[in-house]
Amino acid sequence: MADADLATLWVYLSASPLLGLTITLIAYSLGHRLYLYANCNPLLNPVVTAIAVLIAFLQVTGVSYAAYFEGAQFVHFLLGPATVALAVPLYQQCAKIRKRLLPLAITMVVGVITGAGSSVGIAWMLGASLETQMSLAPKSVTTPVAMGISEHIGGLPSLTAVLVVATGIIGAVIGTTLFRLMRIKDEAVKGVAMGIASHGIGTARAFQVNKEMGAFSGLAMALSAFVSAVLLPWLLHMTGLL
Amino acid sequence: MKFLNGITLLLIYQLAGEVGVQLLHWPVPGPVLGMLLLFLTLLLRKGIAPSVGAASTALLSHLSLLFVPAGVGMMVHFEHLANEWLPIVVALVLGTVVTMATSALVMQGASRLFSSETYRDG
Repeated sequence: MADADLATLWVYLSASPLLGLTITLIAYSLGHRLYLYANCNPLLNPVVTAIAVLIAFLQVTGVSYAAYFEGAQFVHFLLGPATVALAVPLYQQCAKIRKRLLPLAITMVVGVITGAGSSVGIAWMLGASLETQMSLAPKSVTTPVAMGISEHIGGLPSLTAVLVVATGIIGAVIGTTLFRLMRIKDEAVKGVAMGIASHGIGTARAFQVNKEMGAFSGLAMALSAFVSAVLLPWLLHMTGLL
Repeated sequence: MKFLNGITLLLIYQLAGEVGVQLLHWPVPGPVLGMLLLFLTLLLRKGIAPSVGAASTALLSHLSLLFVPAGVGMMVHFEHLANEWLPIVVALVLGTVVTMATSALVMQGASRLFSSETYRDG
């Protein structure tokens, strides 16, 4: 009875973390290959392809997100050490950063307020629920930090994680075009804007464009995570939304 | 072995960061404090150990892979997203453009005003 054997095998596999982990890596490597094949066209961001392939696969096979995450959490976990690892490119660009400390500090505060203010404001004007507005507020902040902030201010942390990834992809897709339209050539300026608006996914894109842009993007992502974690709950409290 | 030592060090710094924010009741996540601690260490040592360099390059070269599991979480929120798709999509796209453009303009302007060097941009 080959069918029964296959069914048993499937029941075993779909309950094991091995499946979630393996399909995540396969889907990403497919996405990455497609991206390289298309000459790094930002529209074919490997994250988009991977997410689309994985959701389609899970829907077709009927595997729940919770079961998938059993395996995928090993990849998700690496966000922590990767955040720590950002200290390395930061250190490598230290001389350049030191010259621009004051502009960086000013940009951080303005950028973080703009990021949260614009998304909450737009969502509010278009009639989104308060829960959605609060889930959107930390959308430009890197995932682990954003989820923490969202929980603190009354959003849905898991919805925030999705919105954060979407924001990162949008930033990675539009970034280079936006900077060309704005005629910005300074790699540091591009990197900082990318890191504040679209965290790690923007930073990954920035590293592909230029090492200096990547380092400044990583720096901006790290600093804005700090500034956001301190400033956003306080700011929402002040404006009476919380 | 080099890579293993490097990743172990990164985890130690993350752990130190987690412990630090818990003890100090800081509102920032552990890894962010861990990054700050590693950065200060590199400043004091005036150099990057090859092991840390190798592990960091390996992790950061595929940074976007690490966001995939969270992104797949979208399937849990299909209904919520479908109900409020218009404000969410506009806030995401327009909000990101506004944030990126504003940050770029402020950084450019402030660099021209305050930097110890003159920059050629645009």
